[in-house]
Order: sequence, then structure tokens, then C-alpha cells
Amino acid sequence: MEAFLHQVLAGLATGSIYASLALSLVMIYQATHLVNFAQGEMAMFATYFAWSLINAGMPYWPAFFLTVIFAFVLGVVIERTIIRPVENAPVLAVVVVFIALLVILNSVTGWIFSYTIKTFPSPFPEEPIFGRFVTSHQGGAIVITMVVLALLFLFFRFTPLGLAMRAAAQNPESARLVGIRVGWMLALGWGLAAAIGAVAGMMVAPIVYLDPNMMGGILLYAFAAALVGGIDNPAGAVFGGFLVGVLENVLGAFVIGNELKLAVALVLIVGVLVVKPSGFFGKVFVTRV
Amino acid sequence: MAALLEVAKLHAAYGLTRVLHGIDFTMDEGTITTLLGANGAGKTTTLRALCAMVKTQGEIRFAGQRIDHRATEDIVRLGIAHVPDGRGTFVNLSTEENLRLGAYVRKDRDNIDADLERVFGYFPRLKERRAQQAGTLSGGEQQMLAVSRALMLRPRLMLLDEPSFGLAPLIVKELFGILRTVNAKEKVSMLVVEQNAAMALDLADHAYLIETGRVVLSGTADEIKRNDSVRRSYLGY
Repeated sequence: MEAFLHQVLAGLATGSIYASLALSLVMIYQATHLVNFAQGEMAMFATYFAWSLINAGMPYWPAFFLTVIFAFVLGVVIERTIIRPVENAPVLAVVVVFIALLVILNSVTGWIFSYTIKTFPSPFPEEPIFGRFVTSHQGGAIVITMVVLALLFLFFRFTPLGLAMRAAAQNPESARLVGIRVGWMLALGWGLAAAIGAVAGMMVAPIVYLDPNMMGGILLYAFAAALVGGIDNPAGAVFGGFLVGVLENVLGAFVIGNELKLAVALVLIVGVLVVKPSGFFGKVFVTRV
Repeated sequence: MAALLEVAKLHAAYGLTRVLHGIDFTMDEGTITTLLGANGAGKTTTLRALCAMVKTQGEIRFAGQRIDHRATEDIVRLGIAHVPDGRGTFVNLSTEENLRLGAYVRKDRDNIDADLERVFGYFPRLKERRAQQAGTLSGGEQQMLAVSRALMLRPRLMLLDEPSFGLAPLIVKELFGILRTVNAKEKVSMLVVEQNAAMALDLADHAYLIETGRVVLSGTADEIKRNDSVRRSYLGY
């Protein structure tokens, strides 16, 4: 029983990371109806940025916040310079751009930092501070994710800018007619998504270690999470993230073994698409005309 | 005094299909002007052209300023509010959020709550529905919402595209009554595109008749009402 509880809590910890990345995916999806395959690599690149700062002697938290800002700017710049020109291109063309971005970021990181695996520090102390079932890093990751999600919720729900971003995502033409600069809202969305991804990257790096391919598996779990929750529902994506994290850990520990863990994500993706394509919380919009 | 809106030799096209072939018209501040015409005459396109939502050639002046090469978002900032064809509701947002978006570009953030009450004064129904998802409002309520959203800008000029479309006659009457009140009380100028020529001519001071992308007739609303061919073709008596 104790081992089971331990696995569930560890699952919630990694689940919180999947939830963050899934949320990034959903944010971009809501605005563009496209899945950004490079989301994981953007997070990985930002995590390397944090590693460089910490390696150069900067304390953890300043490096953390600087990395979040760096990721935000990176997201905005990528949208403005790379995504903008293909705005009206066919879907497949944009997907190719996303995949190119993935490969380029991956290779550039390997070229700059080499492919050797590096350790990444956790900001949380060695001794457990959240009780004996969970390491302090796992507990800390959950707390940080919750804080990020809460901030994001407050931003979208209660600020005029958040409202404008939601409006621009769901009805660009009307948004323009009330004076919202839709293009910039999109860029801002990319920036926010990248910033959330960077937090996920920095939280997962102490667990999986830092290397250019570290986000491959995690992005797959995040896809599964986003699909389980409903690709157009932010809250659903968060729920999906935690669910996938727990399932992965519990099944990996007691049922299928660690080697087949990643298959859980694939089974979930295929399963959801076959049985309930809109996910658990995918909205069915009711509109009167 | 220069006119509030001057349009000269306005051309517009969707891709290769040319829709406007040199429209000319002007309107004075504080007045209600209507553009009449059959389906496909170019009424909606004219409104869209004013807001830079379609590619145009020609001159558009607003309060003496050229606006024909500005972006839609900047034209709104001059005080031009567009109530679009199909109402443009943000269907997944609440009624109140829709209204607040109307005031998005305003700098005087402190007055926005008072303005919410002001539009609720015109449309009490929206107040009852303020927390409801806007996509679930009835057609008439959504039209009221679209007009209210435009009013939240505190516009100098309102562009209304078929405000009567799809509404029950009683609601149309109520809506037009409120438009008249807004025009009289708040001195908001209005450019109204309508198929319902009789209602539009009762509301408007001036009218222009558009046929296949050109202005073919203009005058005061009363003159147009008395014109024989307009009467036969558009008023039906």
C-alpha cells in the first residue's frame, strides 16, 4: 500500500509537468488549431539556458525567473519571424515548419552544449519536506505547477489583456473590429506557452537529466494528456496531465514494467481518438443562430 | 464644415471579383445615413471597406483624415464602431465580457463600469443575461449585444450592417427606436446598411441607393422615399 501511494504521488509530480506542457500545447491549439510539435524542444532549449546561467554561478531562483523571461521572448520571436510568414499557408506546410523547428532546436542545442547528459539542480532541499511518501523535488514540482496554473487562470479570467487574448483566439475578425491587435495576441500566446514550457523543462530536468532529447518522451505524454482532457480545454489538459502521470507510474511499477511505460501514452492517444475524439472535457459548443 | 465621412471613387474586390466600382458619398456629423440596395449591390462591402476588412482603392476620409491605408485595429481607435454582418458575437464569452471587449481600446478605464450601466439602460434584457454565455442568447438579444458592444466604444460613428436581419418586426421596431435615441442623445453618427428600406428611410436623414457597386441615387430620406423607382423597387407600393 505504501509503495502504491508512493507511486501515485510520484505520478502526480511528473503529471504536473505533463500538465504544464499539455497546457502550452492547448494554448497554441486554441489560437491556431495546430499542435506545436516544437513545444518540447523550445522548453528543452530554455532549460539549457537556465543550466548555463546556473553553471556561470547565478543562484537558482534568479536563473529560474530569467529563463522564464527568456523563454517568453523566444516564443514571441519564433512566432513573429517563423510562424507569421506561414500564417495563411496550408496546414501541412505549417506542420512541416513545426517539425523543422523541432529538429533545428534539437541540433543547435546539441551543437552548442554537446549531447552529453548533464545534471540539473533542483531548487528544493535533499531532505523530504512534504512527508515521507514524496521527495521534496516531486512535491516542489507540484506546488510550482499549481502556482503557474493559478497565475495563468487569474490572468486569462480577470485582466483585460487576458480577455483580449481569448477573444482574439476565438473570433479574430470581431476582435479586430473592437481594436484588438490579433497578430500580437498570437505572439503573446506563443510567449506564454513557451514560458510555461520552460517551467516544465526546469522541473523535469532534475528527474530525467538534461540532454537535447530529454523532451521527446515528455512531449508524447503531454500530447496524450491534452487529448485525454480535450485538446481545446485548458482545464481538461491539466487534468489529463495528472491522470497520465499517475497511470504511467502505477502501470509502470505494478503492471507492465518500466520498459513499456511510454506505450501507455500511445495507447491513451489511440484509445481516446478511437473512443472519444473530443476527450473527457472537449466542449461541444451550443450556438444559436 | 467638412463632412464627417467622405468616400471618393471607392473600389473594392474579393480576389478577382470586383464588387465596388467607384462609390462616392459623404455624411455629416450627427446624422444617420443609410445605404440602400438589393442583395449583392455592395452595401456590406462598402462598410467592410471603411474598416479596411477588404482590399480597396480610392479615398476615405474620416473627420478630414485619410483612413484608407490604416489597419482595422487603428480605425477603431479613431472612434468608428462596426456592428458587423452576422453580429460578430464572441459566442463562448459571457455577455458582460463581450461588452467589455467593446471598450477595449478606451483609455478612460474608470468610466467603463458606468458605461455598462448606460447600455444596460438601453437594453435591460442584456443586464439579466450578463453572466450568460453569449452564444446562447436569442438572435434579437445578440443583435442588441452587437449594438451595445459598439456603444461601449463611445463611438463617433457607428456602422450598422443589416441591424434588422432575422429579427421579429416588434424587436426591429424597438431596436430602431433605441438607435434613434442614441443618435439624438449622444450625437453618435450612424451609417446604416439595410434591406428593409422602409424602416431604414424612416430612421435616416440621408440615403444613398447603390446598384452593382455604384451610387445611383442620393438625397434626403424624404426625397428618396418619394422617388417613384425607389418606391416600386424597394418599398413595394
